[in-house]
Order: sequence, then C-alpha cells, then structure tokens
Amino acid sequence: MNPAVLTIKNLKTQFHTSEGVVRAVDGIDLTVRSGTVLGVVGESGSGKSVTALSVMRLIPQPPGKIVSGEALFNGADLLALEEKEMQKIRGKRIAMIFQEPMTSLNPVFTIGNQISEMLRHHLKMSRKDARNRTIELLDLVGIPSADRRVNDYPHQLSGGMRQRVMIAMAISCNPEIVFADEPTTALDVTIQAQILVLLEELRERLGMSLVLISHDLGVIAEVAHEVAIMYAGRIVEEAGTEELFAHPLHPYTQGLLASLPRFDKAGGRRERLRAIPGTVPRMTENLPGCKFTPRCGVAVSHCSKEEPPLKEIRPGHRVRCWVAFGETS
Amino acid sequence: MMDAGILTRSNSTRDESAETALLSVKNLKKYFPVRDGLFGQKNLRVHAVDGVSFDLQKGEILGLVGESGCGKSTTGRLILRLLEPTSGEIRFMNENIFVADARRMRALRREMQIIFQDPYASLNPRMTIGATLEEPLIIHRIGTREERRARVQQLLEKVGLDPDGVNRYPHEFSGGQRQRIGVARALALNPKLIVADEPVSSLDVSIQAQVINLLEDIQEEYALSMIFIAHDLNMVRHISDRVAVMYLGRIVELAQAPDLYRQPLHPYTEALLAAIPIPDPKTRRKRMLLEGDLPSPVNLPPGCRFYSRCPKRIPDCLKEDPPLVQIRPGHWAACILAT
Repeated sequence: MNPAVLTIKNLKTQFHTSEGVVRAVDGIDLTVRSGTVLGVVGESGSGKSVTALSVMRLIPQPPGKIVSGEALFNGADLLALEEKEMQKIRGKRIAMIFQEPMTSLNPVFTIGNQISEMLRHHLKMSRKDARNRTIELLDLVGIPSADRRVNDYPHQLSGGMRQRVMIAMAISCNPEIVFADEPTTALDVTIQAQILVLLEELRERLGMSLVLISHDLGVIAEVAHEVAIMYAGRIVEEAGTEELFAHPLHPYTQGLLASLPRFDKAGGRRERLRAIPGTVPRMTENLPGCKFTPRCGVAVSHCSKEEPPLKEIRPGHRVRCWVAFGETS
Repeated sequence: MMDAGILTRSNSTRDESAETALLSVKNLKKYFPVRDGLFGQKNLRVHAVDGVSFDLQKGEILGLVGESGCGKSTTGRLILRLLEPTSGEIRFMNENIFVADARRMRALRREMQIIFQDPYASLNPRMTIGATLEEPLIIHRIGTREERRARVQQLLEKVGLDPDGVNRYPHEFSGGQRQRIGVARALALNPKLIVADEPVSSLDVSIQAQVINLLEDIQEEYALSMIFIAHDLNMVRHISDRVAVMYLGRIVELAQAPDLYRQPLHPYTEALLAAIPIPDPKTRRKRMLLEGDLPSPVNLPPGCRFYSRCPKRIPDCLKEDPPLVQIRPGHWAACILAT
C-alpha cells in the first residue's frame, strides 16, 4: 500500500445558521495515499465538499467553524497552521478543481494571466518564463493552439476547455495532492470522458494524488483506487474500489447501487427502479443512532439508539452498520 | 404500439401510423437570431432545431437525448407551443397547433403539460401548494370550489404527498417533494401528453428513482404519452419505449430503446454509449473518445454535422448532410456508413 501523504483525523466542521447548528462534517477520518485516486461519494449535504474545503482552509468563518480534528500533511497539521504558512501550501502543494469553471475563473483576466499569476507568486518565475510555462501547461491539458489561446478570456472558451484551464492552473505548481470537487458534473458526457482520461494521464505522469469528489458512482468506479461513501457528515463505508463495488456492505451503498438504472444491464420493459425511500436528513437535527435508520430497509431496534463505529469487517473494508456487524435486534 | 410511430420524411411515403399518432412533428425548425459584429450589423442565426420529424403514439414514451445545445429542450418547448417555430408543422390529435388561435390553443393546452427540470424555479414561492395546484382548474373553469379542493387533495395523494400539505409553501418541501408537486400540477387537467424536460437531473441520486417510479406509475394509469427529455442515457433507456438521439438540431438516430442501445447505428450514439461511466470497476469497455467540442450551431459545417468529431469519417461525408433513413425495421439513422 502506498504511503499516506495526507491523514485527516476526526474532522468536525459546523455552520451556525438561523435554523441551528449544521454538523456538515461530523468526525471524519480519511487517508490520501501517494499516487492514488481516492473517490469520495456522497449526495448534497453529505459533507463531501466541506471536507475538502476544511482541509484547504477555505471554510468561510463565520458562519463556518472547524471545531476539531487535524489534517497531517508532511508532518504539519494544516488545520493548525498560520494563514501565512497555509498560503504557501494552498494552490502550490495542494490544489483544488471546482465543479463550475466559469465561477472559479476571473472573467476580466485572460486565462494566460491567471495561470502566470500562480507561477509568479508561488514559484517566483519571471514574467517571460511564466508565460512560456503557461503555454506548456495549456498544451499539456490538451488545449489546441495553446500559444494563441493563452490570450483568451474565460467566456471565449467552451465548458470543457474552461475545465481544462482549471486543471492546468491546479497542476501548475506540481502539487502533491489535487482535490477535484465534481470536476465533470457540469459537462456533457463525451466531454466528461475526455476530462476523466486527462486527469488520469496527468496523475500518472506527475505522480500526484487525486481526491475525486463525486455523486456519480460510475465516474468513481472508473477512476478511483479507493472509495469512501459519505452520508450525513460521516463516512459510512470505505474500501478498495473493486472490493466496494463487488461487496457493498452498508445498506445506503447497496441502495444507491440498486437504484441506478444501467443500460448495459437493462432487462425487459420497465422494471421498477429500487428507490431508497425518504429524504436526505436535515443536518440541524442530531438524532441518536445511525443517521440512515429512517430510510433503511434492514434496520433493527439497536440502530436508532446507538451510532455504530466504522469497523473493518472484511480485509481493508470498513463499514458503519450494526446489521453488517451481525446485530439482529 | 411498440412497432408503430415510424417517422416519415416525405408525404408520399407517409406511414399509416402517422394518421393515428397522438403527436406528429414534421420538419420542425427553430432558428434564433443572434447579433454579431461591432454594431450588431451581422444577422446570424442559431440553428437550434433544424429539421426534426417524429411521431408519438398514444401511451408511448419517447426519450429525447443529446448533449447541451442539441435542441432537445427547444423541441420540447415547440411541442407545447411555448415557442413559435421558424418552419415546420406539429399536429396534436390531428390538429396543426401552429394555426390554432388563442382560444383554441387554450383548449389544446389542457391536453398537453410540461414538467420542468428545476423544481425550485418552477413553483411560485409565494403561492401555497394548494393554490398552485388549483390554479389550472380555475383558469379552465373546472368544477366548483369544493370539487377543486377535493381534486387537489386527490392529486397530492396520487403523487405520494401528504394532502395536509395544501397550506404549505414550496420552501417547506425537499427537492424530490417539489418535483412531485410539479408532477401533480402537470396531472391536474388530465392531459394526454406530458413533456418532461430533465425531470430528475437536479435531484439527488437516491431521490431520482422515486420520481422516475412515480412518472411510470402515472403514465401507466392514465395511458399518457410522454416526451422524456434527458442527458442521462441510463435513465432514458430505462423509461423509454423509443429513443431519439439529437445532435446539433437534428435527430441522428431513432429506434426502439433496446435496439438503439444494443446496436447503435450512428457513430455519435456509439460514442455517447461508450462515454457513460459504468458503476462496476470490473467492466472494461473499449474507449471511444470524441475529439474536440460541439461545433457552433451558428456556422454549421457543410456535409454531416458530426464530421468534425466523427472517428469513422470519410471524404464522402462532406458531400451532404445525410437524411434520417430507415436502415432496419423501425431503426433510423442519419449516417451514410450505417448499414
């Protein structure tokens, strides 16, 4: 197993809202290993994006607050660093790619300007070197005629091209880790396929680790080496990708996989989809027990009384479920 | 029903099924003007829908798929006459809807309804759910006050919501519940046709299946015809009887759903299917990556619209924009290489 480059321990991030305290991330442990892809799966409100933003120290404060935990990166706890020290890491050694490139690129600067800025700030390159390196980077991420495109403004590019620019910016300083938060969700399926292949190629070539945050189990299955499934601010299941998809143990993971229609497995006309009943819980409520109990088809009485721990019950496969542990009452 | 609904491109070879179709779309075109140049002096046109033809039978679900900008949503809006076409014809219950006057159109609209993608934006935040569902009944002067109230209760039950919710406002409901309200509103007038435009794509994965099951239940119960517009090819395969694939304003392939997914005839359909990520790491498929982006729908390239990205292109593809022809029974494709 590859060595850990980032170890997140007991991370808790909360938001104070008019409706109460939202426990967006409620005690998460995650390990990012060198040169591998960690897939983090979850629906809206599961805490998957807040986890990444917490590690990057990009949580708006207030209303947000990291209330506990540590994120160890090369021996230093990112959550305890002075902001000035963090600035030397953010964007340089740990970078982030967001879902919507149009809102994360500055519309009044050329894309060349925005990438050069990073290189000059973090790597202290000269104006000329930065520009040449920018063209190289644009070329590397597959932007045709990079030497001309470098002068384009974000609005002159298509969605797929903008996401390539975001990727070029993220890898510009050769980061050790890239967090990609739903990097292909806003893109069409043929463009998504291009971007996924690009991320995979770059990761191999540059030897970086990738944390791929997505709601799409298909994307995760194709790209990730290890997978963590999140629900209501917690990790409910964690395993190597093949193991997780072959033997999903948590009823939520099983439910998600069963609810997806698959064209490659389609049977007769319109079998009913096996939907997960109910709705995603409100994060302001802090009910005892497993947070999935109200929607769970196999829950026993113990489930609503005590929260299960995340426990390894198959080699390298951890799950947070009393029923998976063998509980029957 | 399964074999019906063959589209016809020329009147001389019109299939009989076109006469019995609930909806018949013929050579539909919609161009949007765009201004370009320093003083807006160049009058250009976006070819959003550029010659679309198909029939929809009673009780049939036709899936309309394609990537952003292919014209699928514009086609849906033209069917409800929320937009006026540049040219072409749409016959609904054998009546050309584009010649209907305002009064006649109001009557026709009772029979055709739409479900929008965003249940947050398509409900009036200042109206209670009861008022939202009652409004179409009032506009069409249906029933007494008591009868309308009873109908609203019945609709809420039908879509799986608590009938006590009539006095609540949209923000008190989750996304999935709001989409159920959208379905209830579409059902209020007992329509014959529903156009569902990306009805589940803004919902969480665990909620999508609930809404899809609901759509299938009501479709079956009322023998509704439905145009299901979506970019999720898995979902479209699941719900549709037939599927039409659109690219740059045209239908490039049309077939029964199992045929289209099992044996795609158009290289674009093939590429779309190859690009769908499959939630099973053991499935290894041949990668078929398309080059580049969608060309601009303003300056359409000559010949086949897919030429610039097609992995199978040959020089002959540049000669003309291939028409949609029947390659196998009920299986149509617009590609000179399709056999």
